[in-house]
Amino acid sequence: MKPAPFHHVEVATVEEALGQLREHGAHARVLAGGQSLVPLMNLRSVRPRVLVDINPISELERIDADGSLELGAMVRQAAALRSAEVRSLAPLLADVLRQVGYPATRARGTIGGSVAHADPVAELPAALVALESEIAVQGSHGERLVPAESFFQARFETAAGDDELVTRIRVPRLPRRCGWGFAEIAPRGHDFAIAGAACLLEIDSDRVCRSARIALLGVAERPVRAADAEASLQGRGLDGAALSEAARHAAGDLEPPSDVHASGRYRREVAEALVRRALAEAARRGGGGS
Amino acid sequence: MSAREPIGREPEEVLVRLTVNGEERRGIAEPRLLLSDFLRQELRLTGVQVGCEQGVCGACTVLLDGEPIRSCLMFAVQARGAELETVEGLAGEDGALDPLQRSFQEHHGLQCGFCTPGFLLTARALLEETPDPSREQIAESLAGNVCRCTGYVGILDAVASAAAALHDEGGSQGGT
Repeated sequence: MKPAPFHHVEVATVEEALGQLREHGAHARVLAGGQSLVPLMNLRSVRPRVLVDINPISELERIDADGSLELGAMVRQAAALRSAEVRSLAPLLADVLRQVGYPATRARGTIGGSVAHADPVAELPAALVALESEIAVQGSHGERLVPAESFFQARFETAAGDDELVTRIRVPRLPRRCGWGFAEIAPRGHDFAIAGAACLLEIDSDRVCRSARIALLGVAERPVRAADAEASLQGRGLDGAALSEAARHAAGDLEPPSDVHASGRYRREVAEALVRRALAEAARRGGGGS
Repeated sequence: MSAREPIGREPEEVLVRLTVNGEERRGIAEPRLLLSDFLRQELRLTGVQVGCEQGVCGACTVLLDGEPIRSCLMFAVQARGAELETVEGLAGEDGALDPLQRSFQEHHGLQCGFCTPGFLLTARALLEETPDPSREQIAESLAGNVCRCTGYVGILDAVASAAAALHDEGGSQGGT
């Protein structure tokens, strides 16, 4: 099908964008990379009357590294993948980005767009939750920073209001001895995932786990932190038994949804395997052994 | 506070000027006209294929400033001033096939040909960036293009062979 008619409004600054969103409210949608929004418009699942095109806002394309990593909302996924700052400050993000869509969608798709879209099977939200990132949201009351975990609220629902704009994503500096891992499963390579796990392990010089972060995608309406699993790893040596036990904890309480792509039971079982795999990768990378 | 809906004012058509295959082109587009449809209908570049309009099949892939993009996920009005390449730009003025096209022909990289423009342009962008790709890299880069006919082996062979041929040529025209 083809999209319903709309007015296309290009804006050059964040202030202009906010003005448009305030004026048109629920009738307006923000156009960033379009790789998630335009498919919905082509199906007529969404029919905005006004598209606020923020592509010309160059200040949103910045990548800054000043201790923490700051990505402007309009940073293209391809640019983030190529960025030396992303690779050195948040290598988990670079790894995850390789799994996001395809070269042709990464050329246009943006970091901020994926964040604002909040698809439960998207990779970036889960990675940003694992990285304990903050999402900068700007509205009429100025800018506020929302922790990623509270930003993603439900399927396609975030803490950003209709009249607000996601402007930046802040990834704090990682602890020095940190291993990361990412594993996901999708029926067709880089197509929409069924489930996935992003893991970070802080490992001390005795190869003991200081802290763990495990974020899951595809198992709920939003990314899930596996708190029990994380706690089970704290202070433990990272042998096979510890990782397997953590994976069991991660899957244990899950009640994933069933849909045409996978049953809830399958998602839970495969989540356990993916956590195990991602933890093993993180342990190897962080020098934790086995 | 209720939002003001722009009722009674229809979105205006605009003139879109851009460069396609090195040539300056222009056409009319209302905002909702997809770039894929603009290229096909306004500019008569019917080598741009329309498959899923969801961005997953890759048939509509064109090059924007050298990078592969989904023309079905962009609006024509966004492409003002852009430099695009479509499959029509690959062959020479005299119709001579370019090395990639020749390779697809030689290695049975196509049957019905519907997906072929998307594959050719994606492969072209790959070889520009990575002149000597491994088979895995080729498969990875083409993962976003769906083919219903060939089973992909001929396509991978064709791209690998073209890469080798271009590599051997080392920039000069000539040879086999």
